[in-house]
Amino acid sequence: MNATQTAIALWTLVVKEIKRFTRIWPQTLLPPSITMAMYFIIFGNLIGSRIGEMDGYTYMDFIVPGLIMMSVITNSYSNVASSFFSNKFQRSVEEMMVSPMPNWVILAGFIMGGMARGLGVGLIVTVVSLFFSQVEVAHPMLTLCVVVLTAALFATGGFINALLGKKFDDISIVPTFVLTPLTYLGGVFYSISLLPDFWQGVSMLNPILYMVNVFRYGFLGVSDIPVGWALAAILGFIVVLFGIALWMLENGKGIRS
Amino acid sequence: MAEPALSIRGLTKVYGNGFEALKGIDLDVAQGDFYALLGPNGAGKSTTLGVVCSLVQKTAGQVSIFGIDIDTDFARAKYHLGVVPQEFNFNQFEKVIDIVLAQAGYYGMSRREAVPRARQLLSDLGLWDKRNGSARMLSGGMKRRLMIARALMHRPRLLILDEPTAGVDIELRRSMWEYMRHINEVEGTTIILTTHYLEEAESLCRHVGIINNGHIVRDTSVRDLLAELNTETFLLDLAHPVEQMPEVPGFDIRQVDEAQLSVLVQRGQRLNDVFSGLSEQGIQVMSMRNSANRLEEMFVSMVEEQADANHNTEASA
Repeated sequence: MNATQTAIALWTLVVKEIKRFTRIWPQTLLPPSITMAMYFIIFGNLIGSRIGEMDGYTYMDFIVPGLIMMSVITNSYSNVASSFFSNKFQRSVEEMMVSPMPNWVILAGFIMGGMARGLGVGLIVTVVSLFFSQVEVAHPMLTLCVVVLTAALFATGGFINALLGKKFDDISIVPTFVLTPLTYLGGVFYSISLLPDFWQGVSMLNPILYMVNVFRYGFLGVSDIPVGWALAAILGFIVVLFGIALWMLENGKGIRS
Repeated sequence: MAEPALSIRGLTKVYGNGFEALKGIDLDVAQGDFYALLGPNGAGKSTTLGVVCSLVQKTAGQVSIFGIDIDTDFARAKYHLGVVPQEFNFNQFEKVIDIVLAQAGYYGMSRREAVPRARQLLSDLGLWDKRNGSARMLSGGMKRRLMIARALMHRPRLLILDEPTAGVDIELRRSMWEYMRHINEVEGTTIILTTHYLEEAESLCRHVGIINNGHIVRDTSVRDLLAELNTETFLLDLAHPVEQMPEVPGFDIRQVDEAQLSVLVQRGQRLNDVFSGLSEQGIQVMSMRNSANRLEEMFVSMVEEQADANHNTEASA
């Protein structure tokens, strides 16, 4: 394929993915908005008012970046995992496999579709948060950069999950038993400085902690860990996961017999 | 001499569980041909076509599409290939028009080029009125036609149809035959067809390959294959019922019911002798037809012969 044809193929796939999740918006866009509104009301407003300040900010202001990031992570991941697995399940993935589209285009198309949903939901949650908090962004470019990279990273993870999945249960295991605990323990609701030294050390092994913290730094200008480290970790994870996903596609893992 | 549309050499496929689905297949399909790939279930038809379409990874062997080796430039080879699989493999929740336009996009076709092409194909296949409906609302026959439209969007030179008329009613099947003939004869598209309706292969195809147990057991023209048929069974409808089964020396005659006989005619025997023999006994034949599809008879005997050969080989080993 020449460059124009490749661009058309990529655009086709991205548009198709965006159409898919917007067509079923009551399943994809509405629930996270309602859930996050509940978090803001219950944790931020009702309980948060009794907690007081965290790292020098009101508890509501402290959890806003974490909750936005949590939405971006779960939606980027689940969009690609469910969409690509559905394509496998319905065998419509064969439409792409028999076409001359390069594997990297297929991978990039699904990742961009997942990012679109993750960032879309992140934007909705940000708008919802404005009802509860005066969101101010200390470092806009860094914030944008981190949220885009995080969406890309988890969308790639969702793609690998979908490739490996053999039944629908397989694509809910990782979000339920891995992503959700890591996100909750990744400093969304608290600063790790509150933890004993041992658990602070354990928390440093959680990759989501880096993303939440650097995102919070973008918003509030405070972080538990060095921003440079966090960015390097995100980029490193993206390179590794993209490489694994592409290798699996090239070798037909999970899609070719 | 033109490159074959499809050339396969020494193709083998061993699945992860050790099952050897293809045992060194050689096959050539000429440009412009209408070729039937026949075989019983599990013979290796879909595996062979799966390798050609990149849905199955081969273990060994070479496959070229219009001279392009799939190991060196599969992307370029795929441009020439259109695939209509056995099972529905589109997103049932998408609109019909979106399915065909997305397929065009995967081949790098611009929307300006794809929209008129989609209109033409969907109109030709009687789906234009359904274009804005969800694909899951289509009938089984319409879904099959949608897959044909989708496969033709990028104007492939080689079209692979894996049981395209399975589960389709007779009237629709005939109209699909007409359409397939049109794209083969008028547009020059090479077609490879697998089917369980041997009547379909006999009616549409010029060449036939019979695959069994991972081997190509015959690769010849339909005409030559039929010429090899040693026996044919005819059904004779009688003018009046007969109480006793008539006998004609040299022929195996059986009574189907009071007014119908079946006659097994060996090659070299004359059907006129049957009519004469019956006439001498005062039996008048009103009409006559083949009791079964001729190619089917040939196919069954060939597969049975090979099964016997395999059995003998195993027994002597």
